Amino acid sequence: MAPTSVFPALEPILPRVSKPVQYVGGEGNSQVKPWDSAAVRWALLYPDAYEVGLPNQGVQILYEVLNERDDALAERCYTVWPDLEQLMREGGVPAFTVDAHRPVGAFDVLGVSFSTELGYTNLLTTLDLAGTPLHACDRDETHPVVVAGGHAAFNPEPVADFVDVAALGDGEEVVGDITDVVRDWKAEGRPGGRRELLLRLAGTPGCYVPALYDVRYADDGTIAAVTPADERVPATVQKRTTIELDEWPYPKQPLVPLAETVHERASVEIFRGCTRGCRFCQAGMITRPVRERSLQGVGEMVDASVRASGFDEVGLLSLSSADHSEIADITKGLADRYEGTNTSLSLPSTRVDAFNIDLANEISRNGRRSGLTFAPEGGSERIRRVINKMVSEDDLIRTCAEAFSQGWRQVKLYFMCGLPTETDDDVLEIAGMAYRVIEAGRKASGRNDVRCTISIGGFVPKPHTPFQWAAQCHPEVVDSRLRKLREAVNSNRKIGRNIGMRYHDGEPSLIEGLLARGDRRVGGVIERVWREGGRFDGWSEHFSYQRWVDCAAAELEPKGVSLEWFTTRERHADEPLPWDHLDSGLERDWLWEDWQEALSGREQDDCRWTPCFDCGVCPSTGTDIEVGPSGTTLLPLTVVNPTASATGSLQGPGAGA
Amino acid sequence: MARVKAGAAANPAPPTVQRVRLRFAKRGRLRFLSHRDVARSFERAVRRAGIPVSHSHGFSPHPRLSWVGAAPTGAASEAEYVEMGLTREVDPALVCEAMDRALPEGLDVLEAVVAEPPALAERIDAGRWRLEVRGLPRAEVERAVATLLARDSVVVTRVTPSGRKEIDVRAALAGLTVEPQVSDDGTGTAAGVAGSGEAGTDCAILTAVVRQTTPTVRPDDVLGALSVVADLTPPVPVTATRLAQGLLDDGGDLVDPLGAVPATRGRPTGT
Repeated sequence: MAPTSVFPALEPILPRVSKPVQYVGGEGNSQVKPWDSAAVRWALLYPDAYEVGLPNQGVQILYEVLNERDDALAERCYTVWPDLEQLMREGGVPAFTVDAHRPVGAFDVLGVSFSTELGYTNLLTTLDLAGTPLHACDRDETHPVVVAGGHAAFNPEPVADFVDVAALGDGEEVVGDITDVVRDWKAEGRPGGRRELLLRLAGTPGCYVPALYDVRYADDGTIAAVTPADERVPATVQKRTTIELDEWPYPKQPLVPLAETVHERASVEIFRGCTRGCRFCQAGMITRPVRERSLQGVGEMVDASVRASGFDEVGLLSLSSADHSEIADITKGLADRYEGTNTSLSLPSTRVDAFNIDLANEISRNGRRSGLTFAPEGGSERIRRVINKMVSEDDLIRTCAEAFSQGWRQVKLYFMCGLPTETDDDVLEIAGMAYRVIEAGRKASGRNDVRCTISIGGFVPKPHTPFQWAAQCHPEVVDSRLRKLREAVNSNRKIGRNIGMRYHDGEPSLIEGLLARGDRRVGGVIERVWREGGRFDGWSEHFSYQRWVDCAAAELEPKGVSLEWFTTRERHADEPLPWDHLDSGLERDWLWEDWQEALSGREQDDCRWTPCFDCGVCPSTGTDIEVGPSGTTLLPLTVVNPTASATGSLQGPGAGA
Repeated sequence: MARVKAGAAANPAPPTVQRVRLRFAKRGRLRFLSHRDVARSFERAVRRAGIPVSHSHGFSPHPRLSWVGAAPTGAASEAEYVEMGLTREVDPALVCEAMDRALPEGLDVLEAVVAEPPALAERIDAGRWRLEVRGLPRAEVERAVATLLARDSVVVTRVTPSGRKEIDVRAALAGLTVEPQVSDDGTGTAAGVAGSGEAGTDCAILTAVVRQTTPTVRPDDVLGALSVVADLTPPVPVTATRLAQGLLDDGGDLVDPLGAVPATRGRPTGT
């Protein structure tokens, strides 16, 4: 029987919360399917605020893929802010989906997308409000199966207590397989109860069921062994890889929010994966190999998204968009098509070369040349060799000067602090680089008011990267380096006044590090923090470092480990890592070699342009690099011209205007 | 390709040749939209519908949509107005239909006319609101209304981001009545417009006619005034719906702002 909508109970409390519009649903292109039409119902949770979660591409893709199936339905939910959480608890209102306001606890599957580890406490909020036991071991067949996905799911051990399944890798196909398993199990009358369902899921490629693996610890606190608890369960779980992006043109109909969100644009993923090989970058490591969407595929998706959404901006997304083998044709074709239509393009671009300026000029033909962003990531040549970010300072200065001479007025430079082997001098060189950018920019543009913003994040070592063995830098060291950098930036006011500096303090990074590289013993810390009020840890106004430190001490020290043990301690080559049984395709030996190369300051090339260096992904996942050419040189598109549609009808070719 | 330097960029936006005024409703759960949310939804709907709306000039062209007195967040409305500039002449009925189709359910376009002088803002100086007060004995509501109407001035304080504001609600009130008791079979009154609740025994429906003042008197302020004079505090939030806007005539009625030009009245001079 269909559960009743919780909206009548929610409605009277909405006037008492901030931004009630985020809880009412009704977004453009959202869908509500009849409850009884689907054998398997998914609630898709993005464990952060609506304004952050709604634009998330992963959720939007799975929402459409699942709703296209006749035997499935999917609705979305986001973590409610503490003001609504309190009123929901007072009024007995359960966690709900925004689409039909159905109670989350009534769904078969709760899929949760973890882009960042700092969303873990928010999962607990939603589970608790849904009336679903926090601990997977306390659930029975009436409760949803909690499936975690997203990049953080590549080490789900810290949330192993709370999730039933971690789905590794691309989600498009695995959600269908999970749906099949759940549908069949339900149709057969739920034989064997929840344990049988979990066993079947554990046999599904890409699905890791933590409860079906036993973890033993050695006397020194390290992991001794991780072993399957049932003979039907594989010893290692390999990630899923969607090969042909053109066959998965999602989202076809982007959600158009009623409330304001962080990204107000249509997004088209132009390729997935990256082999630049930046050693700090988990996304680049776990999403290999590179798979490009074709020229035609990109053109059709952009067209469909703009028509379906009415957005006036299209973002061409990927981990390094200028690296698409046909990016010049894509940007020129799209710039031609949308010239004069008030539809703008954006290209999150981090490459530092003149080619990038050409692309940026192309997508800003109508004159909006506000700021360009580059990510050198490290302040000195030496540290950039360590992290394998191959950018010379001279190239960067030349590129910035070129940008300023072309009419750009601001460059933003992204850096990290706390990198392995880093010294104060490496960080202080950021100031020198920014000074040279301003001086070169003034010379190139003939103006004094050019700006350079340096934005600095704390480095967090992540699983499945060459830096997974590294000692994380202590927040006090990071903060002290940033103080010295600020003094250096301000040392000459005539230049320093044109330099903006944005950074966060190092404390949240240490907690992110605990959650990223922790094992199952960290689950107790997460739960304790949540019970003591921890919510929205990604938001500085809600994050409490002291609470995490205190809870970590209380939960970990009786077990002989500590916050420092998990974060600032360097690992040895032969120490079993908590995620060793989860296979991202990367060879552990290759990662270790690359870590040693990093320590010696040696770079690694990109396998798209140089011979394979045997990272292991292609052979182990049965994949290969999928890059152009597409076989065509121009986008097969009708150029949209708003003035050409003056025909008296509103349904002319000007629909994109 | 054309190389255009920043600052020298041309924006050859076509000029406005026609203006169309729309009346639209903000209904149901979409009453929680703020004015900014409504405006964004319209800008996107205009693009989806292919309306030839004209744009402002400059580096960030925006569609030319002009708004008057938006209903507050949380309040429903049957009478919101917007004027759009078009780059070619279009039958307003087509605009009405296309926009209604493109907007989400709950933002419903009800009528459209070609704009004629005077300006939309000159055609509106008051609004009529329907307030559903639940959970209080009807007699208590009636007493509070009578007490409020008997005063010459009732001031409420509203906390705004720019500080506390004193608002004379009574001075802005052109009328406040309690609708006759709803009969058991529900006949004799309009169905509830906002909210999903049914008109029950503990529901008193108020109709308030409020003049435009600065600052604007909102439905919450009217309830605040009832609280000031008679300590009236409904246990559940009151749902408010704006039923009409227009120029207040001598009989206390509102003249349709999309109708023919009011022959005898304009905005009072000297204000």
